[in-house]
Amino acid sequence: MSFDPVFTFGTIGAAALIGLGMNHALDNSLEVPPPVAMSDVVVLGPGSFDHPQPGEFLQKNHSVAAPVARESINAPLEIMKYQVSLSDYEHCVADGACKLADPRKIGNVPVTGVSHIDAEAYATWLSARTGETWRLPTDVEWAYAAGERFRGDIESDESDPNNPALRWLAQYRIETALGRKPDPEPRVQGDFGINSKGVADVAGNIWEWTSTCYIHATMASDGVGVVSSIDNCGVHVVEGFHRTYMSNFIRDGKSGGCAVGTPPDNLGFRLVRDRPSLVQATLRRLGLS
Amino acid sequence: MLTRREALLGSVLTAAAAAAVVAMPAVASSKEVAGLPREKVTLVAPPFVHAHEQVAKGGPKVVEFTMTIEEKPIVIDADGTQLNAMTYNGSIPGPLMVVHQDDYIELTLINPDTNTLAHNIDFHAATGALGGGGLTLINPGEQVTLRFKATRTGTFVYHCAPGGAMIPWHVVSGMSGAVMILPRDGLKNDKGDPIRYDHIYYIGENDFYIPRDEQGKFKKYDSAGDNYDDTVKVMRGLIPTHVVFNGKAGSLTGANAMKAKVGETVLIVHSQANRDTRPHLIGGHGDYVWEQGKFANPPSKDLETWFIRGGSAGSALYTFLQPGIYAYVNHNLIEAVELGATAHFTVEGTWDDDLMMQVEAPKAIAS
Repeated sequence: MSFDPVFTFGTIGAAALIGLGMNHALDNSLEVPPPVAMSDVVVLGPGSFDHPQPGEFLQKNHSVAAPVARESINAPLEIMKYQVSLSDYEHCVADGACKLADPRKIGNVPVTGVSHIDAEAYATWLSARTGETWRLPTDVEWAYAAGERFRGDIESDESDPNNPALRWLAQYRIETALGRKPDPEPRVQGDFGINSKGVADVAGNIWEWTSTCYIHATMASDGVGVVSSIDNCGVHVVEGFHRTYMSNFIRDGKSGGCAVGTPPDNLGFRLVRDRPSLVQATLRRLGLS
Repeated sequence: MLTRREALLGSVLTAAAAAAVVAMPAVASSKEVAGLPREKVTLVAPPFVHAHEQVAKGGPKVVEFTMTIEEKPIVIDADGTQLNAMTYNGSIPGPLMVVHQDDYIELTLINPDTNTLAHNIDFHAATGALGGGGLTLINPGEQVTLRFKATRTGTFVYHCAPGGAMIPWHVVSGMSGAVMILPRDGLKNDKGDPIRYDHIYYIGENDFYIPRDEQGKFKKYDSAGDNYDDTVKVMRGLIPTHVVFNGKAGSLTGANAMKAKVGETVLIVHSQANRDTRPHLIGGHGDYVWEQGKFANPPSKDLETWFIRGGSAGSALYTFLQPGIYAYVNHNLIEAVELGATAHFTVEGTWDDDLMMQVEAPKAIAS
């Protein structure tokens, strides 16, 4: 796992916020915004990769580094090339399906100041508008699309059952040594460049919501298998320059004083599109869905 | 909007009126003072403190300090919010000056002509002349030297007080610091036994009042004088936009976190020149705390949180017993987390299971 106790205190701690109450009542007479252009979707072929798992892992009653699992993406992964823009998000707001964001900057920039709840609402709205299935990526999908820009948790291999502070201090040192300075001003889409997968702005100054829940997992004594885990879907994995965990209702990841080195500058998101199954595709072609 | 010239004039007039009341000739002791040994001390920026003896060697002396006032924009949070700061010696807070009781503090205060405002200094440790404020008002391009006797022991605030409405504005623009006057035979615990510290850290807490534009974004100004009108409006609401340690949110975290080892004793001097605060060391305590900062009073023991009155400096002595990351906060947690008043200690050493251990790690609730 990844953060020191002080940081935990700042970011997790809050209870799950359940009960979204999405009440869209979509008015189909409104002008339909243009569907997401194909050129703005990156299609990644299947593949597999080693992935440090998100969450907090315990072995013999003390924290250990997250296990690394071989993960596979089987079907082609269709993911937005850019983070959802402020103007696209505002279409959803205009439709009454999304709440106004708290953007740090107005203009031709990705939307910022959005919670997990906001991101889910946008995905639901976009799916309804396009007749396609849009959703937040899982942590694994995000990492796959992030490619060489994936960092994961800032964590140390230090794990001394007799002195838990060694791990906290080591993580504090690592985070400090990264020396990342706050960079709060959102930039125009594409400003952080394109990675080897053709995906833009990965690990810039906007951290992205995923659909993966925060978990506490207990490792088997062999250090490989997971014996048990408890998840908390009131907190989701957020990915960017580093991986962190945020309560669903948080819109501004910067927790004033308590964050240690690198709190998220901004919270935003991008979505993946599920390919319709053969049955769904057929029904759609026949105009039945 | 107040122009630079008007600001300058306003401050000079009010302070001069105050000075006229209290300015007095030097008393007969100056000859004796002239015979005392002198020591020149170079000040260092907080949280660090210049080297000093905890128990005085020899008799009283005159300790010479020099501070240069710097008006300059500084960034006070991660969003890049700018304060048109006024500083003693370039830092917020100004440096801590340490002497012993019966020593004399002799300060040369310099106001370079690159500054735009008149400034002075009011030492809460000093007696007379508005704490020295009445004898130290200097325009840009001037310097002044003030000497006062360190009659009472303790930690004391100093701040700029150039008269009238200028006083709070200069203070919330950064112009404060502290003096520590040690008993000649050093600090003592509640039983009168001598106690020492391995490290001393000086934390100055500031409340800032940055005006916002129509969109709610913090405004930037070319110079201090330009922000005066807007800033006073925010100040009058009494709700700070920032409450920070050492001039900036996060100034004492990460690479700048304070350091100690298990078994080491740390003295934390905490000043707040304008507003009450309540320091708390998360996961630790105050072994001996001079809440009011005055060493003639026995320290309180085993405090969880201590109260520092606005306009005073207190100090807390603690021996670290457990390694790890400690947060030192203003325990109004809104001010700590949302407004910036958080610092960190990193403490190396051996974990003590007797003091604390996780008996059972988190797991599913037994049914």
